[in-house]
Amino acid sequence: MKHPGLTNIVKEDSNEVFEWSEDSFVKAKKIITNYPTGREQSAVLPLLDLAQKQNKGWLSKNAIEKVAETLSMPYIRVLEVATFYSMFNLEPVGKNFVQICRTTPCWLRGSEKLTKIAKDVTGSNIGEISKDKKFTIVEVECLGACCNGPMVQINDDYYEDLDENNFKKILEDLKNNIKTKKGSQIGRKSSYFKRSS
Amino acid sequence: MLKEENKIFKNLHGFEDWKLDGAKKRGIWSDTKEIIKKGSDFIVEEIKNSQLRGRGGAGFPAGLKWSFMPKDSGKPHYLVVNADESEPGTCKDREILRNDPHILLEGCLIAGFAMHAHKCYIYIRGEYFLESSNLQKAIDEAYDNKLIGKNACGSGWDFDIYLHRGAGAYICGEETALLESLEGKKGQPRLKPPFPAGVGLYGCPTTVTNVETVAVAPTILRRGAKWFASLGNPNNTGTKIFSISGHVNNPCNVEEEMGIPLKQLIENHAGGVIGGWQNLLAVIPGGASVPLIPKSICDNIKMDFDSLKEVNSGLGTAAVIVMNKSTDIVEAITRLSHFYKHESCGQCTPCREGTGWMYRMMKKMTLGAAEYQDIDKLLDVTKQVEGHTICALGDAAAWPIQGLFRHFRPEVEKRIKEFQIDRVA
Repeated sequence: MKHPGLTNIVKEDSNEVFEWSEDSFVKAKKIITNYPTGREQSAVLPLLDLAQKQNKGWLSKNAIEKVAETLSMPYIRVLEVATFYSMFNLEPVGKNFVQICRTTPCWLRGSEKLTKIAKDVTGSNIGEISKDKKFTIVEVECLGACCNGPMVQINDDYYEDLDENNFKKILEDLKNNIKTKKGSQIGRKSSYFKRSS
Repeated sequence: MLKEENKIFKNLHGFEDWKLDGAKKRGIWSDTKEIIKKGSDFIVEEIKNSQLRGRGGAGFPAGLKWSFMPKDSGKPHYLVVNADESEPGTCKDREILRNDPHILLEGCLIAGFAMHAHKCYIYIRGEYFLESSNLQKAIDEAYDNKLIGKNACGSGWDFDIYLHRGAGAYICGEETALLESLEGKKGQPRLKPPFPAGVGLYGCPTTVTNVETVAVAPTILRRGAKWFASLGNPNNTGTKIFSISGHVNNPCNVEEEMGIPLKQLIENHAGGVIGGWQNLLAVIPGGASVPLIPKSICDNIKMDFDSLKEVNSGLGTAAVIVMNKSTDIVEAITRLSHFYKHESCGQCTPCREGTGWMYRMMKKMTLGAAEYQDIDKLLDVTKQVEGHTICALGDAAAWPIQGLFRHFRPEVEKRIKEFQIDRVA
């Protein structure tokens, strides 16, 4: 399972500088106030998430150092957190980060077919950025939407109740920068089915 | 079947407004002040009398857990709500978080008050973006309307709720790993004792509890422990949200009475097994961690903690994963083994090494590329992992494999035989 969130190697680019944007800095300051004084370290997960959002979906060495500096934490403490949690990507990703759930409940409903389609449409392998830089396809473990399986997460959004056709259309629309419908693709509300009786 | 009037979650599927106005129409926040005025002892006693058991998987009596919090420790107390729903098959809390967040917030206030906590953190899994944004909006609404914050609901009790997003680690659903993660560290479970009720978040008394457990509390207190205890069976009372996934015609989340027969649950709510009940192969009744049960047991089993324990399985999170006869059952369990290998935090050797070894062996079993004696060796290893780790992830990795061989050993032996014949040919 190749995944930019599962690597333990940090990428360094000497030319790149990471500074908080004004918006992120305001958000970061507010997040830190959620925790008691002296316990600012608690904000490390939300701040890494913020940094990743600002840095186009991945964390560079400079971004991790910035978080460490903001929270007055040793770099190594932030690094071990960044490598432990799979949501922090330590390598650049495509514009659409497509995570296909592969665990049993989604697999029972055909998630393997989705992986094949994703490879076909994007022309890239699992864990790699597509040539047009628009996609990174990865397989992940359970995303917690099992009653709506098979499902994928693309950036922040869940796409549920997928089959080969509607998933193909979603990927093609994303490729052509067309707005896509999120959530259930068969038009049901949450996980509701009308009872037959 | 559970009557409409006995349902606790009136907006489970999101047909109504999830915001404050809609929540108030459903009776949420209606007399919270009066409930709090009855005092924390009353609340804990009432939850005890209702025989509510924790909805996060272990089924520990909720009232008893709440009563473990010291009365006057001189330290701040914390309530931590576990919304890190990552057990494969489980998606019940998600429906509460996005479609009825206020019922959870009201529960937080009441539960927090009962355990003398002024602060509450809701730890939600990082992937739930929509859910956390709905929940954050609900928290903001509750602050604006003085339902939480200083003098919450006019009760004289100060109560703050903060949302904390995780970052994709299954292990953070374990209560002490969750606390570590909340403190900004790697999510590796702590040794117990000390238990969180004594030394928890930031070294202070803490109770970690599942979303559903907290969310049902206000309704229990409004309608009375007797009402809740009248539903279901003794020691397995009340209602429960079941997540039905896999090979059913209509996979769904549904609130039902505890102890409902599995067959009835699947046929009435999930549109039946694909290909009919006769086409059923096996069911994992409580999320990935519990052993599967074959059709012969499914025919008559009741869905509650004690009934499932009797057949060497468990209710867990009540996530029913249905597999019909088209399923490669060995591959299904191998995928779960892969899940545990991937999610092991790496702290204890039996789990770190064992989950990887078990996965590789299971992969061989899927193809049949193993020896007969490997089956016993594998089962032996599952016993070596089980009970020898700090947290229950090692157990959870071992049980599905044990369940598979308990009921489907001939299937694996058949594969080994076929593979050997092929090799000779």
